[in-house]
Amino acid sequence: MKIVVLVKEVPATENVKIDEEKGIMIREGVESELNPLDLYAVEEAVRIKEKLGEEVEISAISMGPRKAIATVKNAIAIGCDKGYLLSDKKFAGSDTWSTAYTLSTTIKKMIDQFDLILCGERATDGETGQVGPCTAAFLRIPVLTYVSKIEKIGDGKIIAHRAIEGGYEVVEALTPVLVSVVKEINNPRIPTLKGKIKAKNADIPILKAEDIDADEDKLGLNGSPTRVVKISHPRIARKGEILSAAKDLDGAVNGLADFLRKRQVI
Amino acid sequence: MEKRLEDYKGVWTLGEVREGEIHPVSYELLAWGRGLADKLGVELSSIIIGHNVKDKVKELICRGADKVYVIDNPGLKDFRADPYSEILTSLVEEYKPEVFIASATTLGRTVMPICMIKLETGLTADCTGLDIDLNERLLIQTRPAIGGNVMATIKTPFSRPQMSTVRPKSKRPLPRDDSKTGEVIVKEFSGEYLKSRVKTMDFLKEETIGAPIQDADIVVSFGKGLKDAKNVGLINELAELLGGSVGASRKVVDLGWIPYSHQVGLSGKTVSPKLYIACGISGAVQHMAGMSSAETVIAINSDPEADIFSLADFGVAGDLFEVIPLLIKRLKERAME
Repeated sequence: MKIVVLVKEVPATENVKIDEEKGIMIREGVESELNPLDLYAVEEAVRIKEKLGEEVEISAISMGPRKAIATVKNAIAIGCDKGYLLSDKKFAGSDTWSTAYTLSTTIKKMIDQFDLILCGERATDGETGQVGPCTAAFLRIPVLTYVSKIEKIGDGKIIAHRAIEGGYEVVEALTPVLVSVVKEINNPRIPTLKGKIKAKNADIPILKAEDIDADEDKLGLNGSPTRVVKISHPRIARKGEILSAAKDLDGAVNGLADFLRKRQVI
Repeated sequence: MEKRLEDYKGVWTLGEVREGEIHPVSYELLAWGRGLADKLGVELSSIIIGHNVKDKVKELICRGADKVYVIDNPGLKDFRADPYSEILTSLVEEYKPEVFIASATTLGRTVMPICMIKLETGLTADCTGLDIDLNERLLIQTRPAIGGNVMATIKTPFSRPQMSTVRPKSKRPLPRDDSKTGEVIVKEFSGEYLKSRVKTMDFLKEETIGAPIQDADIVVSFGKGLKDAKNVGLINELAELLGGSVGASRKVVDLGWIPYSHQVGLSGKTVSPKLYIACGISGAVQHMAGMSSAETVIAINSDPEADIFSLADFGVAGDLFEVIPLLIKRLKERAME
């Protein structure tokens, strides 16, 4: 069985800094990490491999700047067998359409006869959740989103639970299939020392547009149907009134009840 | 064949059917769609896919639609991405709307990306604002990103339709207008269109207080300040009294005090209720990312310096074990008045 895991490098959430004047994110000097929601996808791939045995091969694929090689290595440290990094100026400015085009073209070219593609529900920076289903659409394979449990995989089939509004949908799909997972699916492990050494020594090919036979018109900003025309930094501070219950419990609670009435909640 | 942008006209919304009924997010979407259609001076249409929904579509017209396209078939009882995306793609190619929006629900966020690839156009995820730039006749899509730290404005200038998913609860439905008339067009699809590589086997319903948190008008959330799983009853009682749902921080979900489906934040759900009450939640950036678009925020926390207060419209600094029971008592008294 061949499993592909899509991983993204994102700025560490705690470290997001905004240029107040320009309203843009400062990327220089900010620590990056493997998208926390992709960790569940990596972990699930490794669990499937452990359950089914040696004949499972897991490839991690990422797209990003050169330094994102650290993210691919991290996926290997956790248990992926090999990794690829897509890094080329021509990929810069990709929206979800051209990102999915690039990833799907790479999978077609590099991974012969895959059975399963795993990815996180969304990345914690862009938060679109679109690249997974879009990649499946380019590859013309079925997609299962919001998966909280993989009950069974093998013999050309997968049975999974989807965490949707109000409960869990149990579905059976034909493989190859793309599955996006939610946090509920597992508890990701910490890489072992052995894993880290394997990652350190791993050879990660850096792929450019010509390596994946991509149609250049479909890459990067030029290939993207959407355009970000403005980025602003919202002032989310609301600065509401704060009453101290420690000083005056009755006053604070009555104040709160009055506020609820004013806002027509009660 | 080259697409001619000027051939595309009209605004479409994707209605949503859950457990056989048209879900209210469909009406929120129509409120967005009505504003856009009026600005553009075009018709507003809604698409509804399901089984035994034909007789229920009048409501979509009363809530703003000029036209409703209905696809009613026993094979479409459950949502499956294959037939839904095939049918939607075919309808868009036939009628050519310039704007096509869906709710950013699990359904919308699954089917719209597939349609976007099939239709070779752009899609903007989880928008909290939509408007029209009349000079360019373009949809202006606004969405939060990077945990709510930035707002991005996005356009789809060169392809049609301009597609977005819209965060549930980001707009209230229009008041029901019984006198409004509209056209219902029944479209038949069969054979290849209904084929799916995914089979729905079962639905395991989760019994909770109130609606799923993404659909709730009021969310009462708790964090580590609740101290013990046995105290969850206190939050449940307040939520029930207010007619709300129960949310939670990542920490308490990881501790197993409440299932994952209740988690608000970056690794959980993003909610946009009319009222969010944060009880014993300190306000980590990851949590705030999931609730900063709530209309009104109330925070109750023993630490007056807690970050959550920076996001609160009203705060009570104090012991939640004193504040909440007394609040419940007061609310009950006032309800009797």
